[in-house]
Amino acid sequence: MDLAELNEVAESERSRQKPMRIRCCTAAGCVSSGSLAVKQALDRAIVERGLNDYVQACSVGCLRLCCAGPLVQVDPSQELFEEVKPDQAPTIVQSLLARSASDGVKRGNPAMPFFAKQQPIVLENSGIVEPERIESYIAAGGYRALQQAIREMSPAEVVDAVTKSGLRGRGGAGYPTGVKWSLVAKMPGAQKYVVCNADEGDPGAFMDRSVLESDPHRVLEGMAIAAYAVGATQGFVYVRGEYPLAIHRLQVAIKQANKLGLLGSGIFESPVNFRIDLRIGAGAFVCGEETALIASIEGKRGTPTARPPYPAEKGLWSCPTLINNVETFANIPPILNKGADWFASIGTAKSKGTKVFALAGKIRYTGLVEVPMGMPLRTIVEDLGGGAPDGGTIKAVQTGGPSGGCIPAPLLDTPVDYESLQAVGSIMGSGGMIVMDQTTNMVEVAKYFMEFCMDESCGKCVPCRAGTVQLHRLLTRIAAGDASQAEIKQLEVLCDMVKHTSLCGLGQSAPNPVLSTLRYFRQEYDQSIKKGRISLI
Amino acid sequence: MPVKTLTIDGQLITSPAEQTVLDAARLHGIKIPTLCHLDGVSEVGACRLCLVEIAGSNKLAPSCLTAVAEGMAVTTNSPRLQEYRKMIVELLFAERNHVCSVCVANAHCELQDLATAVGMDHVRFEYQFPKLPVDVSHDQFGIDHNRCVMCTRCVRVCDEVEGAHTWDVAGRGHNARVITDLNQPWGDADTCTSCGKCVQACPTGALFRQGATVAEMEKDKQKLAYLVESRARRASK
Repeated sequence: MDLAELNEVAESERSRQKPMRIRCCTAAGCVSSGSLAVKQALDRAIVERGLNDYVQACSVGCLRLCCAGPLVQVDPSQELFEEVKPDQAPTIVQSLLARSASDGVKRGNPAMPFFAKQQPIVLENSGIVEPERIESYIAAGGYRALQQAIREMSPAEVVDAVTKSGLRGRGGAGYPTGVKWSLVAKMPGAQKYVVCNADEGDPGAFMDRSVLESDPHRVLEGMAIAAYAVGATQGFVYVRGEYPLAIHRLQVAIKQANKLGLLGSGIFESPVNFRIDLRIGAGAFVCGEETALIASIEGKRGTPTARPPYPAEKGLWSCPTLINNVETFANIPPILNKGADWFASIGTAKSKGTKVFALAGKIRYTGLVEVPMGMPLRTIVEDLGGGAPDGGTIKAVQTGGPSGGCIPAPLLDTPVDYESLQAVGSIMGSGGMIVMDQTTNMVEVAKYFMEFCMDESCGKCVPCRAGTVQLHRLLTRIAAGDASQAEIKQLEVLCDMVKHTSLCGLGQSAPNPVLSTLRYFRQEYDQSIKKGRISLI
Repeated sequence: MPVKTLTIDGQLITSPAEQTVLDAARLHGIKIPTLCHLDGVSEVGACRLCLVEIAGSNKLAPSCLTAVAEGMAVTTNSPRLQEYRKMIVELLFAERNHVCSVCVANAHCELQDLATAVGMDHVRFEYQFPKLPVDVSHDQFGIDHNRCVMCTRCVRVCDEVEGAHTWDVAGRGHNARVITDLNQPWGDADTCTSCGKCVQACPTGALFRQGATVAEMEKDKQKLAYLVESRARRASK
């Protein structure tokens, strides 16, 4: 494969495309509400109408407005159909020929703020390309960045471009991606690895799953560029076993890319080799922690180890290893295609680019949004998300999952960037955003997340293993109204201890949901304490 | 041999470059409490008792896994660290069923010694009282999970010194348990060589020699370290 051949593939794919495309979402959300049957019905309806030469139905990735699935969108009119049932397929096909106002099919508004205020970079192909066909990705400009990196740039230039872009890790901690790449690139040693962390496990988070289901090749391309930049020949995607569709699409994508010589040996007819294999997680949240993930790939029990040494120095089988999140890799091809300066012009001074969030909870429009960094939280939940449903009021927004915190409604004007979210006691996290309304009991929220951490603790270090059990017990007693004021004090003391003494990020951040709800909703804890109970301690 | 100069609790000391803060402190008579550390096997940094403060870092560092560095200023015993250690020991006591008065390791128990060392006078956390089994299917030894602190010293000594890897850990979080082979009764574990190193490595009365009664299970930690050292000496000859 060379550039000319890549262009040929793109050209033949474009000539294959019909003037009208009916894009049917086949990401997990819409599939679960029956979109595969809708796709089949659309195929049949097109044949029955004899429109084969003008119209095609294609299976694409996430169309983002998950609450209104199954979603179908039409090119070039951009008309959006919501909650489509298979028997409505003939009507949709008919509407392409003659527009009728009321035909019983629910139409969405592609100009509504939910779509209009998004800035898709990671999701630019999501819902447009067909995730199981590499030609579709190539026609959308795919693998151009990899070709450019390998044939026109030195590895150091690639690292420089990523550094200049200001991209920071999208897994949650926000470590500068360019710095991480240059660390691995500078490490001596013939064998290096690139690992994609797709062990998305935060409750309410589905960004990485959507990216993998919608545009798997973009992640593979990002990994291959990283491999070239740091000098790795082997890559792994560590994807959680609960994502069968993402796993399937990754398998298909890797096979197709290998076949076209875009992965494997001699990529773009250069001496660059890069092989990608999948490793499937077995249901442990802690394996999203990078040292536990490495142990799991090595076939060991998935427990974290102390850092330093960091994986960049001693990772998989003690070799230098670059670990980035799905969304981080997905940002790489556009940075090379459009330039680091373009990327750095988006977002805030310290947080560049965009962030994908999974909007969920008590909000009108749930689904996937990608917004520029620095957008106020209020804009995301009220404009894009449409606020609380059924006339409710938003009480708090939870970001960062069990490692994050609850941001109360009065602080909704906080801009979404790494530093601002940290300043209000939460974290950017991987992108879960759970909206809570006035009916939510914050002590119960804290208890829920603590139960999650307690169950997901690996059990290696004492503070996390035994501390989360005691924290959960205290929260259970407080929520049930059985606790005394002294137990709230004990809760605070124990939170401090677990946060500062635990071995890995799971334990260190497990108290965060408690600490943030104590900070902003202390009165709910106090109200939960039984009146008149004598404090014995 | 490169040497580093550092201060531990205000005391200026020198130490070989490859040493850990824990080793350096011990060499100079500064006591840092430990539980999962065992001379002769690898470090895991799991008990978090040996955490120390290092000037210039806002994170506590496990001294067993932190290499000495030039100019490092270490504090091993601040009030904050003392409080954390006390809580860790209390958490361990609350976690399983540690009843010293009926334990084979009474008076020879590292957990008991730790409780004394950190000044534990009561446990402020609720006792969990889990229902845990005792496995005496092995013909010489037994394991009482009620007394296990999950330090994994048995796992490491069996893997690294004996080379049998009979022991491992199964389950997650508070459900984690040490197991023999594929979670079979110890007596059915084919890989076990009955060497007894795990019993010697165990800090509490969880692993014991059958026939021992209250306070009779004295363990010889030196033997393991001696074994490892003499092997290393022979290898270097």
